[in-house]
Amino acid sequence: MQLGFLVDLHLCMGCKGCEIACKVENEVPLSTWRLRVKYVDVGAFPETKRTFTPLRCNHCANAPCERICPVSALHYIENGIVNIDKERCIGCAGCVMACPYGAIYIDPQTQTADKCTYCAHRIASAMMPSCVVACPVEANIFGDLDDPTSNISKYLQQHQGDVQVRKPEKGTDPHHFYVGGGNVQLNPLASFRGEGHNLFNNLTHLPIGGHH
Amino acid sequence: MVHETLAATNAIVVLDVALPGIVWGWIITMNMWAKSIGTGIIFLTFFLLKKYPEQTGFIRFPAVAISIVFIHLFLFFTVIDLHQMFRFWHIFFYPHLTSAITIGAWMATGFVGLLFAMAYAIYLKKDEAMYDKFLGWTVLLAIPVTLYTAGLMAESTARELWQMPTESAQMILAAFLAGTATMILLGGNKFSDAIKKDLAIILGLSAFAAFTLYMSEYIFGGMKAEEVAATLAFIKGGEYTAMFWIGQVMAFLVPMALVCLSLKNKSYYLLKIAAVSALVGLWVSKHVWLVIPQLLNMS
Repeated sequence: MQLGFLVDLHLCMGCKGCEIACKVENEVPLSTWRLRVKYVDVGAFPETKRTFTPLRCNHCANAPCERICPVSALHYIENGIVNIDKERCIGCAGCVMACPYGAIYIDPQTQTADKCTYCAHRIASAMMPSCVVACPVEANIFGDLDDPTSNISKYLQQHQGDVQVRKPEKGTDPHHFYVGGGNVQLNPLASFRGEGHNLFNNLTHLPIGGHH
Repeated sequence: MVHETLAATNAIVVLDVALPGIVWGWIITMNMWAKSIGTGIIFLTFFLLKKYPEQTGFIRFPAVAISIVFIHLFLFFTVIDLHQMFRFWHIFFYPHLTSAITIGAWMATGFVGLLFAMAYAIYLKKDEAMYDKFLGWTVLLAIPVTLYTAGLMAESTARELWQMPTESAQMILAAFLAGTATMILLGGNKFSDAIKKDLAIILGLSAFAAFTLYMSEYIFGGMKAEEVAATLAFIKGGEYTAMFWIGQVMAFLVPMALVCLSLKNKSYYLLKIAAVSALVGLWVSKHVWLVIPQLLNMS
């Protein structure tokens, strides 16, 4: 079994329901995100449009985070998910440096690395990841890439030529695909990022009750 | 940090999470800088004891003492940078051997053990033969201890600027630069002119080679990958430009010039200034090179 994700960007409307479902399901602390939706505006008025791109861990087959982790806190499980053992993590941040997708962060509460696990705990109970369940337009398609009859395999077959992964030149072999994506959505260097357009940009922690 | 934008698309990120900022900061710079001195002085001790055994015997104890101090500084900064520093022992009990961090930790442990064996041989046993026997093995272990950080940076695939084999060459050159500078400051005027000349040449050539590598990256790096070009923009008119050039001048250009002058004038005083400049500049150069790839937006 090789679990994978596909997001149909034609369908995503940027409601951020997946973000919130993820935060609630995984108790993701303030100021950190396992999954978020990036908004990129394209064009000049009046010919403008807004694109929405959900970004999460790509669960690469050749994961740099797994390779660099000194204690195997980041590890593969049998269904292909790159999982994390927070009890084992020493917080060296090597994985944060290694991930080409910026998908890993240091959890300010546990002081360990954290990231999307495709809701491995839910999958173990035969449930879909919370973001898949929350999506009102079924833009998130999840399933077994090794099974040609799975929804994700069928979707990939039907949309050949319009399927992309982020940064394929890194050789990470991501198991997270996008349909309908363009350069401005998937390449961070293809869009301008000005100051002041970050979600909760200035939200930090209070200077009491622990440190960040 | 905009390298592929087209006027036609006018693509602007209007909502995303804040960038994580600098994750590996000055603590890691201290780590690399202290390690360069700790292993570099061992390389130089080995060289001097082999080439000038009669004149350099007095460096045996101070050299190993300096190495112990700086390797422990390196270990200290390594551990305090961990967000869960009290789990450091996991590296030994749950080792993951594809990680340069694991290999480095194991090698550094062996290196420290040999340093203490050397200190024991020369300080307690007063046995120079035993010291020299341990020194050979210590030099062998000093090589991977010096290089593992380059491996770690190369494994950080998100940061295109940190490439092999350039980083490993830079680490070795940094060790020679720092080791020679420390040896120059350590030796005082006890070294003969021939030794001073050798040290000056090693310092000058290390600085020249390291500077050549930095300039090669600076000029040609951006042609390899757009991420490298975007990263180098931070030192080509960006916010780290001044710091980058301060580092380059202090670490490499000033030592090169002073080495030439000291060789011409036979001035050991100038060589000491070159050594201090190299040590300070090395910290600055390493810090800039460590930080700028982390400013790159990954998403």
